[in-house]
Amino acid sequence: MSEADNKNKEINEFLNKSYEYGFTTEIESETIPPGLDEAVVTLISKKKKEPEFLLNWRLKAFNHWKKMPKPDWAKLSIDPIDYQAISYFSKPKQDGGPRSLDEVDPKLLETYEKLGIPLHERAKLAGVAVDAVFDSVSVVTTFKDKLAEAGVIFCSFSEAAIDYPELIEKYLGTVVPIKDNYFAALNSAVFSDGTFVYIPKDVRCPMELSTYFRINEAKTGQFERTLIIAEEGSYVSYLEGCTAPMRDENQLHAAVVELIAHKDAEIKYSTVQNWYPGDEDGKGGIYNFVTKRGDCKGENSKISWTQIETGSSITWKYPSCILRGDNSTGEFHSIALTNNLQQADTGTKMIRLGKDTKSKIISKGISAKSSQNTYRGQVTMAKGAKNARNFTQCDSLLIGSDAGAHTFPSIDVMNSSSILEHEATTSKIADEQLFYCMQRGISEEDAIGLIVSGFCKEVLNELPMEFAVEARALLQVNLEGAIG
Amino acid sequence: MTKILSIKDLHVDVGNTSIVNGLNLDISSGETHAIMGPNGSGKSTLAKTIAGHPDYKIRSGTIMYRDHDLNDLSIEERSNLGVFLGFQYPIEIPGLSNTAFLKAAINAKRKYHNLGDLSASDFLVDLKEKSRMMDIEQKFLSRGVNEGFSGGEKKRNEILQMLMLEPVLSILDETDSGLDIDSMKVVASGVNAFRNENTASLIITHYERLLNYITPDYVHVFHNGAIIKTGDIQLARDLEEKGYEWLTNP
Repeated sequence: MSEADNKNKEINEFLNKSYEYGFTTEIESETIPPGLDEAVVTLISKKKKEPEFLLNWRLKAFNHWKKMPKPDWAKLSIDPIDYQAISYFSKPKQDGGPRSLDEVDPKLLETYEKLGIPLHERAKLAGVAVDAVFDSVSVVTTFKDKLAEAGVIFCSFSEAAIDYPELIEKYLGTVVPIKDNYFAALNSAVFSDGTFVYIPKDVRCPMELSTYFRINEAKTGQFERTLIIAEEGSYVSYLEGCTAPMRDENQLHAAVVELIAHKDAEIKYSTVQNWYPGDEDGKGGIYNFVTKRGDCKGENSKISWTQIETGSSITWKYPSCILRGDNSTGEFHSIALTNNLQQADTGTKMIRLGKDTKSKIISKGISAKSSQNTYRGQVTMAKGAKNARNFTQCDSLLIGSDAGAHTFPSIDVMNSSSILEHEATTSKIADEQLFYCMQRGISEEDAIGLIVSGFCKEVLNELPMEFAVEARALLQVNLEGAIG
Repeated sequence: MTKILSIKDLHVDVGNTSIVNGLNLDISSGETHAIMGPNGSGKSTLAKTIAGHPDYKIRSGTIMYRDHDLNDLSIEERSNLGVFLGFQYPIEIPGLSNTAFLKAAINAKRKYHNLGDLSASDFLVDLKEKSRMMDIEQKFLSRGVNEGFSGGEKKRNEILQMLMLEPVLSILDETDSGLDIDSMKVVASGVNAFRNENTASLIITHYERLLNYITPDYVHVFHNGAIIKTGDIQLARDLEEKGYEWLTNP
């Protein structure tokens, strides 16, 4: 074997081992046949025993979606998606809903163990309460009792629709309306489950809340819906993580997340997204088309998004803030890493309506091999947004010479007292940086990891401690084989 | 006294240009060698070749480091076996703190020798002492590697890394260039602290100045990629006085 072949073999080994969540779980599932029409939407709602208003809302969304054109403005090349070939509902077979861990299929628990997510309350994952969504439905939520003591509601969306219909009816679709965009409309029609969080007035949520999403079944889509409401003076920190098996076909993930922060409330929302990115030839992988938006409704409210996007074959998401309340704050901290043939088009929108509002955008894009990484941001200062301030820092790091980094910032200012700053850099991992590290005894792979984590430091610092360690490891794993 | 470095009839190319032409050099433990020579004589090429930089190709000849033919070893293996290169132009790595970088380097070396990670407290005690010795403020250690450092700070940081990594052979490539006299004294004190019967140094410099503080055992004059004269500190003084002309163009 020639040296080049050997090197290729090594790289392939790295790549093959690099996605360690690619297993599937053999579990009996109830999956409805592929296809999408009114009957399917109705069936989903009936299966979940939803109140009437929710079914009507879904149907309204579906009928609108049918008329919408597919968006094509992103800098992405997407193979056409056959929406009739997707199954819109799949759940592990189990009688009734899960009410406690003892009732959960041991195979499911095993899956989450493999993912490194201990669901058993006795495992006490540093006091983090976990909700786990497997394919379409929420499997189990931990620490419910302890949270209930504080008055915090943390449950699957399906449960919330039955137990707290008035809250759902009041808030659902108020931040991301059904007509917002193509994928949001689709999600509104067919969403299967997700997470619901409610923090009452003046309550500081006693632990980190966390949801793990897992797509297991083939030919299914995952459409989860997350709704977080922070009442006046409350605080919550929420983290979501995502993985999926390795499959040759692309799978669609179209989620919607809505956050509502009332007066003096703060929501910190972190994402570690590690959906299967496809193989080195771009085969398979998750289409991650997500709409996330927060409404800083009350004065002095704060919403901060932190995202580590390492997976998915295509990522299309712009976690945004509407800064409605005076003196409210929106933040966006992002790391998007693409390798092989992955594409990411991600960024944020900061819509400033209130006076003295502040926003900060820190975006770090890393592109390796032939991947394409785009930052797209919009900062709007409305007429009434007097003395609003925005700071944007947008940095790109290229690894190798075939990768692409693109930046599309858009700024609209409609008053004369707002202040905007925008900084952007593009750099490349230089061979001399690698040589320097390797001369100090550090292997090339580790050197790339160190350089990248240095590049991402400001964003990693935003993550809760235990997840920052995980995120660093994830960046490293997803960069394996990036040079060769 | 054991032989640490033995270079035999070495020829090195960069691209299509032959830079080192038939070099012979032996360095034993306890010794400090200085290489002097005009610009473009191949001094830095030698340093980078020993470290294993991929742009420098050995056309013929051998470099033995202790029992190892360096050509068989990767860059990081050479380092982990005790070869240190102090860079002429230390690289910046933004955001990666000096402390984290040093820790990664030390633990990589320990892993190579089947040792566990150094405890955080041992590491910090050692780092504190050595950074004080190199006149590096604590706050610099939490900044990015060489990020925004002055020329003198970068060079002192190189010597700090050397002291922390405890190599066997230290090659310092023009560590004195761009240093003011105070920084030079600090650098020299670091190098002298490193000298003992088990280690060896190869100091590449243009000027005699640094050698007033680090007295070498041998001074070699480099020209056209080979050693044309070897002497002691007196040779360096003669060069300072007369320039290179009398040797390179007799």
